[in-house]
Amino acid sequence: MLRLDCLRAVYSDLGNCLVVTIMGATAAELHSLGHRPNFFYLQHAMGLASSTGLGLALCLSDEQIIVFDGDGSLLMNLGSLSTMARYRPKNLVHVVFDNESLLSVGGFPTATSTGTDLEGIARAAGIPSALTVRTVEDFSSAVKNALDRKQLTTIVAKVEPTGPAGYVTDLSLVENRFQFRRYIQSLKRS
Amino acid sequence: MPVSLASSKAIFDALKQCDVRLLSALPETWLVHLIRMADDDPETILVRLAKEEEGVGISAGAHFAGVKSAMLMQNHGFLAAINGIVSFAHLYKIPLLMLISYRGSFGERDPWQTQGGNVTEALLRAMSIPYSILDRIENVEKRIRQAQTLADSSMQPVALLLTRDLMWEE
Repeated sequence: MLRLDCLRAVYSDLGNCLVVTIMGATAAELHSLGHRPNFFYLQHAMGLASSTGLGLALCLSDEQIIVFDGDGSLLMNLGSLSTMARYRPKNLVHVVFDNESLLSVGGFPTATSTGTDLEGIARAAGIPSALTVRTVEDFSSAVKNALDRKQLTTIVAKVEPTGPAGYVTDLSLVENRFQFRRYIQSLKRS
Repeated sequence: MPVSLASSKAIFDALKQCDVRLLSALPETWLVHLIRMADDDPETILVRLAKEEEGVGISAGAHFAGVKSAMLMQNHGFLAAINGIVSFAHLYKIPLLMLISYRGSFGERDPWQTQGGNVTEALLRAMSIPYSILDRIENVEKRIRQAQTLADSSMQPVALLLTRDLMWEE
């Protein structure tokens, strides 16, 4: 399963969500499908994409938040699972693309390659719904179900350790941040 | 426990006057009253963290949502949050009001706090984070308002160091 195919399969569902991604291949691939003002790419601060999603979810209970996390990033901030579970916002879907690799720095294997089970950790942390998917079809239905069910969900998507040739996009980090905030403020006015 | 209730109340009231609606916190002795006040206040969203760096992401999310926030932490928690501060708050120009209890300074009896006290101000300076030392209750309201104003106008982290003289009564 390719992460790009997963993103493509749910791209049309992201229009009404606030989307936060991690850095590297995930950001570049989502951007390559077509940037939207409701997408925020956290191009550093590994581990904090889920925390950002939690902050958004707690402050904007009427908006649906979706975070595209990765195994390397989540392993740097496993405590985030316990914090998300503690407050369990209904409007937060947490996707973890698990390629068992720190791909963007040269493909070093992460602990998920030697058996660490992020779905199990999420469940044991208290995330009310946690599942692992291995096909694009299952991924797509898992995301759609999670968005419909209104329950904090962690979806671990096992993907190939491949990505685009480069990670830098033509969207500056700060431009993205201002655009994203302005988009959210426009929702409040409408 | 001689943590100052009066100073804690002054700090909490000042944060409320600044329209701070979300507080992230990791418990530490000097912050117990503040955290309880946040927990008891229905208008305040209190997020209890596993590690302080999470608070940077949560505050950034709150900022995107148009909600003012602050981080409550010990100086060792500030040390634990440094990468998030640099590679999120600085990189993306996120206003970040940080209230940091200044352990390990003059009068500190706990040996385990003393190294953190040595490096706190040096690190704030190295990171170009504007900071002010809060050691008198009568300065609390104005200084917190000024810190919040600067964080917003400069779109960067600003720190207030809460000292023993402010937080501890004995």
